[in-house]
Amino acid sequence: MDWLIAFWGWLPLPIQILLKIAAILIPLLLLVAYYTYAERKLIGYMQVRVGPNRVGPKGWLQPIADAVKLLFKEIILPTGANKLLFLIAPLISIGPALVAWAVFPFDAGVVLADINAGLLYILALTSMGVYGVVIAGWASNSKYAFLGAMRSAAQIVAYEIAMGFALVGVLVAAGTLNLGEIVMRQEGSFLHWYWLPLLPLFLVYWISGVAETNRAPFDVAEGESEIVAGFHVEYSGMAFAVFFLAEYANMILISALTVLMFFGGWLSPFQGIPLLGDYTAWVPGFAWLLLKTFFFMFLFLWFRATFPRYRYDQIMRLGWKVFIPITIVWIVVVALMKVGHMPWWFD
Amino acid sequence: MQFEKFLFYVFAAILLFAAVMVVTRRNPVHSALFMVVAFFNCAALWLLAEAEFLAITLVLVYVGAVMVLFMFVVMMLDVNLAELRAGFIRNLPLGVLVAAIMVVEMILVVGPRLFGLDSFPAPAPAPADYGNTRELGIALYTQYLYPFEIAAVILLVAIIAAIGLTMRRRPDTKYQDPARQVQVKAKDRLRIIQMDAEEKG
Repeated sequence: MDWLIAFWGWLPLPIQILLKIAAILIPLLLLVAYYTYAERKLIGYMQVRVGPNRVGPKGWLQPIADAVKLLFKEIILPTGANKLLFLIAPLISIGPALVAWAVFPFDAGVVLADINAGLLYILALTSMGVYGVVIAGWASNSKYAFLGAMRSAAQIVAYEIAMGFALVGVLVAAGTLNLGEIVMRQEGSFLHWYWLPLLPLFLVYWISGVAETNRAPFDVAEGESEIVAGFHVEYSGMAFAVFFLAEYANMILISALTVLMFFGGWLSPFQGIPLLGDYTAWVPGFAWLLLKTFFFMFLFLWFRATFPRYRYDQIMRLGWKVFIPITIVWIVVVALMKVGHMPWWFD
Repeated sequence: MQFEKFLFYVFAAILLFAAVMVVTRRNPVHSALFMVVAFFNCAALWLLAEAEFLAITLVLVYVGAVMVLFMFVVMMLDVNLAELRAGFIRNLPLGVLVAAIMVVEMILVVGPRLFGLDSFPAPAPAPADYGNTRELGIALYTQYLYPFEIAAVILLVAIIAAIGLTMRRRPDTKYQDPARQVQVKAKDRLRIIQMDAEEKG
């Protein structure tokens, strides 16, 4: 063990950072691959089917087979498409989904870049994901793709405001922009986590998160029945796969952020409970973070199997006329709770 | 320090290149995208100047919101390039005049006489625990509270005015009232009647 630490210290700083990035991104991409498998299996079971079960035992190798298949397919450039933008769009869409993990704390102090404006950084980066969609829709030179891009851009812009306001509530409650400190402010017990004092904001954030990632029931941007596949209808092969990766990476990011802001990040849910808390104290915080994140990732799939698609005008109404007023009112309530030193959470 | 200087020149070069492309590209969508690049590099420069709050807010507000709306509009425009070029020569003298005046003014105001290196020594780098966000917040909410609130109210007025300008009642469009829609019960829409079986003729 000692020689390993010595070796780590001997490595130059850029190499250390590169290794840390690899340690975050490789598990993340594997998680994305098996998230697609879990989605097909779970939705299969919910619809009384079996789901993929041919490649490997119980279909375990299905994501690998899909990746290999997409890798070997031709990337078709539509005539009249803007070549450079067409090829750059998938990269723009996956970039922010991966870069946002730089400030994500996995455990107390375990974070790539511990910056004190972490929450702002996350907000700024997630607001950039829309460019991939818009550029893809425009550069494809196709009416379906363009319609899909317009729909998705309008939707993302609308829900981003509600999401941002929900995070302002978290910011007011925690009094810091550092993600690690936001988690530490929720320490105490399951009831100290911010989901309880910020319940409306949590609901708004989570539902807006589902809308931001263009997932069912808000997936009008790729409504199969009207505009085929929306903004990525012209994409094939690896270019399509990158869009797919970006969508799932974003879903994981939103789930993890929800856990961080409202469900105490790596904190144990049994903390503060007399016997149970002591018996489970050995469980590493990372395991709790992972478990909670998996729960929200599961919710994404559950929603998709349960809810019918929203009508477009109702999506807009929900975003602008319901969520934004709720968040504004609750920010005032949180501020009052904070100023009044509400016992239990803010004393 | 040397590495930071190198970074500064890289970002500044990209920023200038992108800014030139914004005004020279014929395709307005390309111009808008180059403007995004310019904003991004500007944010990077501000980060180097230890103004992380302003840098991130620039990306959040201008890249994440304003430019998205720009793109939205620009993409849906069908710009006729020949028409655009026709006015170029005619308006050239006026444009050159305005540009020249602005250059002279800029040189007079931010020239080396007032903003030279000797009047601004390099500031000492702030300690690692220094938070630009906190400092800005304290300044805005104590010393500059009134200007801040007045600016906020002016913005609110602008929002209301913009909405007021675009609001128009169109009596011929059909609206759906979701509140009424969800209150509908089966018996409002459906009538079940008792009816004897009909004889087959």
